[in-house]
Order: sequence, then C-alpha cells, then structure tokens
Amino acid sequence: MTDKKQLLAKYKELPKKILNEIEKNTKELGLRETKKILDNVLKEFKNNKIMPGEAVGTIAAQSIGEPGTQMTMRTFHYAGVAELAVPQGLPRFIEIVDLRRKPKMPLMEIHLNQSIKEDKQKVVDFAEQIEDIPMVEFADVEEDFHEKVVRVTFKEETLVEHGTTLDNAIKKTEKEVRRKAKTTEGNQMIFKPGFTTLASLRRFTERILMTKLCGLKDINKAVVLEEPDGTGYYIKTDGSNLKEILKLKEVDTSRTTTNDIREIYDILGIEAVRSAIIKEAKEVLDTQGLKVNPRHVMLVADVMTYSGTVKPIGRQGVSGSKSSVLARAAFEETVKHLHTASIKGHVDNLTGITENIIVGQPVPIGTGLITLGMKE
Amino acid sequence: MIGTSVYLNGKLLGFHQKPLELVDAIKRKRRKGDMPTDLNVCYYHDLDEVYINTDAGRTRRPLIVVEEGKPKLTKEHIKQIEKDEMTWQDIMEQGPVEYLDAEEEEMSFIAIKEEELTPEHTHMEIHPCLILGAVSGVAPMPDHNSSPRVTMASAMLKQSLGIYQSNFQERMDTQSHLLHYAQKPIAITAQAKIIGVHKRPAGQNVVIAIMPFDGYNMEDAIILNKSSIERGLMRSTFYRTYNAEEVRYPGGQKDRFELPNPEIQGYRGEDAYTYLGEDGICIPECEIKGGDVLVGRTSPPRFLEEVGELSMMEEKRRENSTTMRHREKGTIDSVMVTEAPTGNKLVKVRVRSPKIPEIGDKFASRHGQKGVVGLIVPQHDMPFTEYGVSPDLIMNPHAVPSRMTIGHILEVIGGKANSLRGTEMDATAFEHIDYEGFKKVLEERGFKSDGREILYNGKTGERIEAEIFTGVIYYQKLKHLVSNKIHARSRGPVQILTRQPTEGRAREGGLRFGEMERDTLIGHGASMLLLERLLKESDLVTELVCEKCGSIGVNDLIRKKVYCPICNSTKVDPVEMSYAFKLLLDEMMACGIRPKLVLEDKA
Repeated sequence: MTDKKQLLAKYKELPKKILNEIEKNTKELGLRETKKILDNVLKEFKNNKIMPGEAVGTIAAQSIGEPGTQMTMRTFHYAGVAELAVPQGLPRFIEIVDLRRKPKMPLMEIHLNQSIKEDKQKVVDFAEQIEDIPMVEFADVEEDFHEKVVRVTFKEETLVEHGTTLDNAIKKTEKEVRRKAKTTEGNQMIFKPGFTTLASLRRFTERILMTKLCGLKDINKAVVLEEPDGTGYYIKTDGSNLKEILKLKEVDTSRTTTNDIREIYDILGIEAVRSAIIKEAKEVLDTQGLKVNPRHVMLVADVMTYSGTVKPIGRQGVSGSKSSVLARAAFEETVKHLHTASIKGHVDNLTGITENIIVGQPVPIGTGLITLGMKE
Repeated sequence: MIGTSVYLNGKLLGFHQKPLELVDAIKRKRRKGDMPTDLNVCYYHDLDEVYINTDAGRTRRPLIVVEEGKPKLTKEHIKQIEKDEMTWQDIMEQGPVEYLDAEEEEMSFIAIKEEELTPEHTHMEIHPCLILGAVSGVAPMPDHNSSPRVTMASAMLKQSLGIYQSNFQERMDTQSHLLHYAQKPIAITAQAKIIGVHKRPAGQNVVIAIMPFDGYNMEDAIILNKSSIERGLMRSTFYRTYNAEEVRYPGGQKDRFELPNPEIQGYRGEDAYTYLGEDGICIPECEIKGGDVLVGRTSPPRFLEEVGELSMMEEKRRENSTTMRHREKGTIDSVMVTEAPTGNKLVKVRVRSPKIPEIGDKFASRHGQKGVVGLIVPQHDMPFTEYGVSPDLIMNPHAVPSRMTIGHILEVIGGKANSLRGTEMDATAFEHIDYEGFKKVLEERGFKSDGREILYNGKTGERIEAEIFTGVIYYQKLKHLVSNKIHARSRGPVQILTRQPTEGRAREGGLRFGEMERDTLIGHGASMLLLERLLKESDLVTELVCEKCGSIGVNDLIRKKVYCPICNSTKVDPVEMSYAFKLLLDEMMACGIRPKLVLEDKA
C-alpha cells in the first residue's frame, strides 16, 4: 500500500483531485497496472493543457459568438404550472454579460430544509406566506366622494389562506395610513380622513392600497414544484428578494438561489457571482440547444470577476478597464480615452493585441510571442 | 335606437336602420351606372357597421356579377366585344363586371367556374389565373411548381435579357443589354399574350438534356453546347453610356471639350487620345479599351491663386477627360451632343460590347431553375440522339426533385411535342395541360411518349445506359454576366489619405480583410500572417523616429541629412509602422495631443 502511495506521489504534475480519483479506482490493481494508468493519464493531461500563447479569449469569444448568432429572439413560455415568461436566448445572455441591475424577469428557486420539504401542504403554505399579495386581493376598497369616506371591506377567507387574520389586517392598514378608522364593523372599516378635495381623497385611497399584509417584497408569485430527484418540493418565484428569503428558518440557504446576478454579488460575494454567471450563461446556451464548451463560459466569468468586484463586459467594465490607451480608444469613446491619456501622460506599453495591430507590430500571441535572442 | 353606423372613407356619415338593404341599394345603383364604379361597400355583421370606400389605394380586382345563379356577362356581350362594338369601360358601366376591393370581397360568395354556380353565389371569377399579377402571370404553369420557385421565376423574368424596348437604338441608357435572335416561347400563357411580352421576347427555345455531365453541372451549373453558341445561341450586346458635361464654374470659367495639350497637368499620354476627333469627342465605330479617352476635356485650375502668377492666365488648365472603364472594351456605338438641364454642353457616348456566353454567365428557365455555365463543350463531345441531335444545354437532374418544379418537366415535354407539331402550347395557370395529347404526338413521330431518348456519349460513341429526358424548353439569359463582375487584384491603387488599398471593383480595389477575419488569425496565433495581411500588404511605411523626443523625423534629401524637426536631434531611427498609425499620430497632434514614441531595441 505504501508503495502505491509513493508511486502516486511521483506524479506531481497531476492535480490532487485526479490523483485521489485514481487512487480510489485502482484499489484492486497492482503496481504495474496503476503505473500504466498513471502514465496514460499524465499523457492525456499534458495533451489537454492549453499551450502558452494560445489565444484563449478570442477563441472563447468566437465559440460563444458563433452559435450566438444562430440564437433567435424567440421566447418560449413556460408550459402549464409555472406560466412565467422568462427572457431567453440572446436577450437573456446579454443581460447576464452586461450585469443588468434588474433582470427582465427575476426568478428565485427556494429550496427548503428537510423539516418541511417532503410535505407538500407545508410547502404550499410556506409559498403562500412569502407571496407578496397586493391589498386589492384581500379587500374591496371603495371611495365615496359624496360622503368623503373610504370603505375597506376585507375578504376573510383570502386573509386566512395567506396566513394572516382580520385583526392583523386591520391593524396593519391603520398603521400604514397612520390613522384610526372611523368605524370598524366586522370586516368593514370606514375611514373619514377629513380631506375636502377629491384628489387628496384619492391619494389617501392609494395609500391604503399600498398596505402590505403578508409576504415578502417583490415576491410576486410563488409556485410549488417537485424536486427533480424526487426528494420533495421546492418553490419557484416570480420576483427576487434573496436577502429576506435567506433570513427565513425554513429555507435551505446552501441551495436557494436567484437569477439576479447583482443581488447574488451584494449578498453572497464574488465567488458566488462567478458560479452564478457560469450557471446562468450555461443554462441559456443549453436551453437553446447550443453546444458550447463550458470552459469558454468559465473564462468569461473569470474575466468578469477576477478583480474582486463584478465587471460587465463592455465599456463600463472589462473593455473599459484595459490597461492600453490605444486598445480602449479603439473600442469605444475614443476621444475621452485619448484626452485623459494626454492629460495624465499615460504610457502604452504595447502589451496587448489591439495596440500592436494599430502600430503595426507582430501581436504577442501564438507565433508572435516567441522571439529568438542571441548570446553576446 | 341609433341603428347601424355608416362610414364613408373612414368618417362617420350617419346611421341607418336597415344596413343590408342600404348595401343592396348602393350596389344596384353602382351597377346601373348611377354611382361611380370605383365605389365599394361592405357590411360588417359582427361590428354592425357599413363601410363605403371611394378613396385611392385600395387594391381591386374585376369579377363577373352573378344573379340567381346566372352570370350577367352573356355570350352577346362577348360577341359585341369581339366585333369591337363594346369596350371594357362599357361593360363596367353596364354592370356585368365590377371591381371589388378587399373589404367588399369579404362579404361576397365567389364561384371559380361556371359549373359550380348556385343561387347563393354573388360573383364569378373571370379566370382563376387572374390571382396572378402581370409578372407572375407570364411564368408558365405556376400551378405545377412549388411557390418559392414561382417567386424566383417571377424575379428572374425581370432580369432576363431580351429586346427591352423597340426604340433601343435611339436610347442612351446608362446600362442596357440586347439579346440577339430572341425567340417567342413555345409555352405561352394567356396573360403573356395580353401583355404582349412575346412581341419583345427575352429568351430562346433550347434543346435540353437532363443528365449529369462529368461533374461539370454539379450545384445547378449548366453545360452549353459550344457549336450552338457559335451559331449565335444566347448572344447579347451590352451597351454602356458615358456622360461628359462642360461644367461652368463660378467666376466665368468653364470646362472645354478639346484634344488636351501635352503640356497640361495630368496628361494621359498620346496613346490615350488616339480615338478623339478635332472636337475632342471620340469617333463612332472605333474599337476602344479600358483607360482610353472618350471625351477629351480640360478644366480650369482648382485654386484661384494659381492663376494670377505673372499673367499666365488660364495656362494651368488640368486634364479632366472621361475615360472608358478599366478592364472593359468595346466599340463606340453612337455619340450624341446635346444640352444638359443646366444649359451646358453635354456629350453622351454609347459603347457597345458583344457578350458571348462564357463560363460563369447565369441562365434560367421560367420555373426558378437558375444556374451558371459550368462548361462549354464542343458539339463533337456532346451526347447525341439516334437522329444525330445534340442538346444545346445540359441540366443536372438533381435540380428537380427537391425543388418540385414539375412545370419545368412539363415544359420540356410539351415543348418537344409542340415543336414537332409546329404549334404553340397554352401554359396558363390553372388551365388543363394536355399531357396525354403530347404523348400521342411524340409517339406518332417515332419518339418515346415519356420524352426520354437513347443518347450516345459524344467522346466515346458508346451508348449511354440510361435513357435521357430530352426536349425543348425556353431559357433566359440573365443580366448577371461574369465579364461584368470578375475582379482580382495583386498590386494596385491606394487611397491618398490612408495609403491603404482602394475598395471596390470599379477602383480596382482589394478585398477587405475585416475585423472578423483578423480575429480568426489571432485565434490561430498566426501572428506573422496577420502582420503580412494588415501591414505588409497594406500601408507599410518606414518613418524616422527621434530617439530623444519621440516625434517623427525628416529626411532632407537635398542636404542629405536626417534630423528631428522638433528638437533638431540627428539621432533618428527608421521604424516600420502602418501609415494609418502615422496618420493617427498626426491627427492627435492636430487635436492638441502630443504623442511620443519610446524606442527600444528588439530582443
């Protein structure tokens, strides 16, 4: 056994993960066979390594861009239960790469703790609790312009359905408008705010309609779905509020996620963003049936996140923060870059590709990277 | 109770209690001639609204009015028309035929044939082929072809060469083509007869064999018989007209048509002016080639300052002649001297050049079956039938099944039968094609009824194993001729500003190696190839750069001295760069930015 350990230790070039896997899978094999396997793995590993000077970025851009041109603008609609129209294809991809602050259709996938995930009823109850339901669903709000009063009639069943009570609703409404109702009879409240103009009365009604009785902000709709591995149920929501959702004790914080990449960055940090970008971009490409090597997508995510903050692709982000003045001027906002460079006396060291093409020198990539020196 | 709203040209006119009666009354009045014939009414049941339209822009089409199951257009009418006693206008005014717009058509019940008329019908189609317009109606048997091919056929009809105008000799079109020996097609549609396209035909009837030929008719290419071409098949003439105007400039100066003086600025050399007469205009029937001067013209100098020097008034005129386009040649067909709308003297020169079919010219049948010539074969190498007939054109059979152009096949077989019988073939849309009749004709004349024939290989004399489908079909030469498109460049003119190669065929330009092409070379890491494409084969310059201040140096050839004009240092080194970059540096300096180049030894 120790012999095998020693043998494995000799292959320093191979990453630990691969070595561990080989160790696990060669338990029944003798030393000679293991060595053969290791040699083959090493050969393959070396073969698969990217050569120095390979134009990784260009190839990634082309590999995503070429199938991207074939993407159509057509949008699928979720069939049946979910009924959520998510921007797909190119528009969604642009959203990811541009790091739009609010995606067109924010979505969350809320996974739950073992305690409730298997009980469908409990999951449904939970979903109804987090749903942000507008006041109009709970009550009929009528304005009486003649009497200058507003009548609010609550629907008790709907309140109970979403886990609140009539008392609670009345209290919350009064708190929202900072005024006591003139009369409260059963499920009806009558406000007489004492405004004389109709416009101010209308404004008052709108305040009442703003009252939040239950649920979390921005969670417009929550749908219960079965986990694909059959271990219970999870919730898909229209609208996203990661911060508040993660505070709830029923939620499995390690798996719950949103498609709002900015939100992930704000709450979960840079590493989470990196994986979120990869996951979302891959999902777009997969649903469109495009076969793109995930490494290209990973490179894009790396470029967007390596500095420690997320940067979009484009003049606000990655392209705009290139070190070369000429490369930036060649991309967008030419005059701005040239002028600031002249004011601050920037020096372009001609290390990138674009700069060298502009001045007419071999580009430092592939063949152009290698030079031959002579000993004096 | 308000009733049905009635709209006239989209504006509410009023209300009516009995809309159907109103519509009926209007129609009756229109048919009697009491109301204009270009008025249309429509009642929408679902909206309960009546629309009356008399405005422009509605597409309308004629239909025969039907009442109680009987068409109102009778045999008497037709007899009268034949005797020229009645015109279309009369018929419309009397009511048996009326024009419907899309809205009125919506509430009509239209029969296609007389046999299917019932008392419910309101109208009858004059002929179903009238759903086709002026262009698509000319294409034969569109009801036997797939719709995309019909569309293509209609598009290509407009590109076919023929006799485009009977006064072509008097015309000075910028560009025009004229087909020699144009023929009237064997298969003609009713619309074509009405329009009279066969009076100015655009194509020829050719003998076709549908078979592969040594792979030279792959991908829709066609094979032409060289001997047929030599007999004049698909020959055409290309005319191009050049204009030259004696422009008047502000300040009383003007251009002059003349034989330019050899001392003049920009003189093209004696040879270029060979074909000019004393008036500076070329002589008809001269054979000329690219670069030759058609109209000699001199212009006053561009800048007025140049004039005043030592009373050398008007001496410094510059050459500004109109020349033949590069890489074109031809004969001067006619010269016209007139006056431009501005009142200046205007000369138009029409040059003609013969265009004999060559590899790359585009041809098409009237069924959307287009292709370019892939090979021109001498008759002795062409396949031949037992009677010794060899086809003019060979088309590849792969062009047929996936395109579903049955009309093409029918025209081949119909053309064969009708040319044997010496008759025309009616190819109107939705008319019966007498396929059985064609078969009979072919059989009577000793051909196989399916149109196939035994062919012999022209090169070996061996019998070709398969029977080859042969016949006669109308083919068009399309205006896309290779000789007007062919273009290549190795070295050539460059732009003044950037010193990069010019763009476009007319300027003998290069093909752009664009951004995406650049990316591919970067992707391959082919750095040196990239440098060659973008720099060496484009705008490479060697500029002197000052070691001290980093600005561009000067080479003073008179004093034999290189120096930096900014800091007077003589330490300047030659550096290879793109001229576009040098231009960028200059332009930045013009913006008030001082770029400096820092030099370093290459490793």
